[in-house]
Amino acid sequence: MNKLVFKNSLKMLTVGAFVSLSALASPPLAADSFKVAVVSFLTGPAAGPFGVPGRNGAELVIDAINAGSMPAPYESAGFGGLQLEAIFADESGGNAKQVAEYRNLVEKQEVDAVLGYISSGSCMSVAPVAEELQTLTIMSVCGTPRLFEDSDWNYTFRTQAHAVGDSVAAALYIRDQLDDVKKYNGINQNYAWGQDSWKFFDIAMQQLIPETQAADNPQFPKLFSGQYGTEISTILLDDSDLVHSSFWDGDIEALVLQASVRGFFDKKKFISVAGASAVDNLGKRFPAGTVIGTRGEFGILVREQEGELNEWFINAYRERYGVYPLESSYQYAQSVLALKASMDKSVADNGTTPEKDQIISAMTGLNFTSLAGDVSFALGEGHQAVHPVGYGITAWNDEKDEPTVVDVKVYPAHCILPPPGQLSEDWLAAGMPGSDC
Amino acid sequence: MMRSILLDNTVRCVIVAFMALACIGLVLPNWILNNTMFGLARGLAVLGLLLLWRTGLISLGHSLYFGLGAYAVALLEKHTGSTDIILRLVIALTVAGVIGFFLGFVLRHYRGIFFAMLSLAFSMVLYGVLVKTEALGSTDGFSVSQTTFLGWQPASKYPLFLSIIAICIVAIIGVQFYLRSAIGYLTTSVRDNEIRVEYLGYSVARAVHIKYIISAALAGVSGALIAMSLGQVDPDSMVNWTVSGELVFITIMSGPGSVVAPFIGSITFEFLRTFAFEWAPHAWQLIVGGTLLGIIFALPEGLWSLIQRLWTKKGKVL
Repeated sequence: MNKLVFKNSLKMLTVGAFVSLSALASPPLAADSFKVAVVSFLTGPAAGPFGVPGRNGAELVIDAINAGSMPAPYESAGFGGLQLEAIFADESGGNAKQVAEYRNLVEKQEVDAVLGYISSGSCMSVAPVAEELQTLTIMSVCGTPRLFEDSDWNYTFRTQAHAVGDSVAAALYIRDQLDDVKKYNGINQNYAWGQDSWKFFDIAMQQLIPETQAADNPQFPKLFSGQYGTEISTILLDDSDLVHSSFWDGDIEALVLQASVRGFFDKKKFISVAGASAVDNLGKRFPAGTVIGTRGEFGILVREQEGELNEWFINAYRERYGVYPLESSYQYAQSVLALKASMDKSVADNGTTPEKDQIISAMTGLNFTSLAGDVSFALGEGHQAVHPVGYGITAWNDEKDEPTVVDVKVYPAHCILPPPGQLSEDWLAAGMPGSDC
Repeated sequence: MMRSILLDNTVRCVIVAFMALACIGLVLPNWILNNTMFGLARGLAVLGLLLLWRTGLISLGHSLYFGLGAYAVALLEKHTGSTDIILRLVIALTVAGVIGFFLGFVLRHYRGIFFAMLSLAFSMVLYGVLVKTEALGSTDGFSVSQTTFLGWQPASKYPLFLSIIAICIVAIIGVQFYLRSAIGYLTTSVRDNEIRVEYLGYSVARAVHIKYIISAALAGVSGALIAMSLGQVDPDSMVNWTVSGELVFITIMSGPGSVVAPFIGSITFEFLRTFAFEWAPHAWQLIVGGTLLGIIFALPEGLWSLIQRLWTKKGKVL
């Protein structure tokens, strides 16, 4: 029997050693490529409206830059001379799953950088691990200001302005474009992004239009719950005339469809902070006259905007994927452009093939050109981007038989975001000093 | 008794195999080490489910204890700042064990689908509370800092890996010890004929209750270890019914044959998921589900039966 035990343990040892050796023997990265994981929702309710368009936006721009076929200022081929090798990963399955997968991406697939993340939950949970594993991580879409206001990160950047900008721009747009708003209510998802979005919208409204009043029963259904009958009933029964929502993903489509059939949009004005994907996906079923934003100069808001980079992006995207680029396509592309700009800058500064620390110092505080506007890493010690945010009103374009937005107004970054060094809540409470729009 | 346990073939093999694993751990790349840690840690919860399963009980709510263990670690750190491994494990074990003790009074009277659904209901109560309460992290959960060992903060994951191995060995010996005790021998008898067990002078309710507490405590420790090796807790990955489902999935995949089976099944599951995720990011769930179907059809007694078959074949040759 002892012999058997010994033989088996010997066998286990051999197998284990073999497994570990074969894993150690995986070939090192070729010197002229830079491996990046692009993480977005590829399954689940957020895949259609956000994940897949985001992934496609990144893929299109990465391929174009590798080939050197993008317009100025990104006409040079490669990222600081390196070819970028992208692998795509799924963001579904919860925060803990994302943390586990992040570790796999860095330690198993040995990526040089990770780019993406849509949910604020993913961003908040991945940032500490990025720090632990010392890996450059560029967040593309998530919005919670807590990411850089609660902590300082050395390895994490975010190319999307945070939720305060979206909320303040929403309040400014309501002040400038809508009459007769006396009372407002909200329906937001019960997690960091939804809670923050409502909180900042409420404070901004009180600062900008003090005569309005918030309803005392804002609704917070669970993220991805898909059924909003109770919340719609509750809001329909109160006397608010405007409803704020930061819904995104499949939830905004579900909400709009379920609310439309109950005449919701005839009774209430509706402002959607991040639901522009639904305008394209639902077509004529999306109610005209809704205020929508895209959290920046992205998507349907800049579809008619002139500019070589923007027009190239829209045409190339349509040619390759058959549909218009959505908000998240722009947001992911913006992260790729940030990486390109800093890797090129790193080469210009150091004259050598860019390395992690050089890219990070090049990216810190960088100003770069995005597809339809300029972006600068002004907040969070140079790690959090700021850019203008716009809103418009949905309408149907009969001529082209497609949805469009009218009365677009874009608010510059200094009007909607706190200056460096100031926390969002303090800035809002102080009456938004410096905001002169 | 203790002597006979240590002479037990399974226990001896386990100790040798785990020692070997501990040595290999020194040279394993980080990602294999990580996945092995997750697998071993989750295996503890599966071991608890296996105990229940041998009595004919399936719990669809063990994410309750798994989540309690994980959240105990996170909340301990949030409120006291402590990241010590012993404190973390003790509090996770205590919380899960105590809640298991009280809920056991209710659950020990139910069998079959009623037992499964009632445990599911209890776990979803915790899920609801966590999701709705901002002070408990709501749907975002908390980050968990790296574990310290009596004030020492190691630079690598290896000390935590060793601790998990040690805990697994202790758990396996403990469970084996329990199964060899009088109350443990009731395991299959309760499944086969409860009335006869009662006539023999044993309390079936008490036997089930003890079993339930053991499985709850194991799930609690399992959750705590996962939280420590992962660095994150959140309701969807720790407490939702899908987590209980996953545990039952691994239990069925492993098979009821041996106390070692849960660990083999759970490590297999961890690697299966990692590779499925890497190869098919659009359809990884399909691969994981398809594999379970395949195992149920081809190996109704689970992965363990495969190992057993190979083992006996070799025994004959020897």
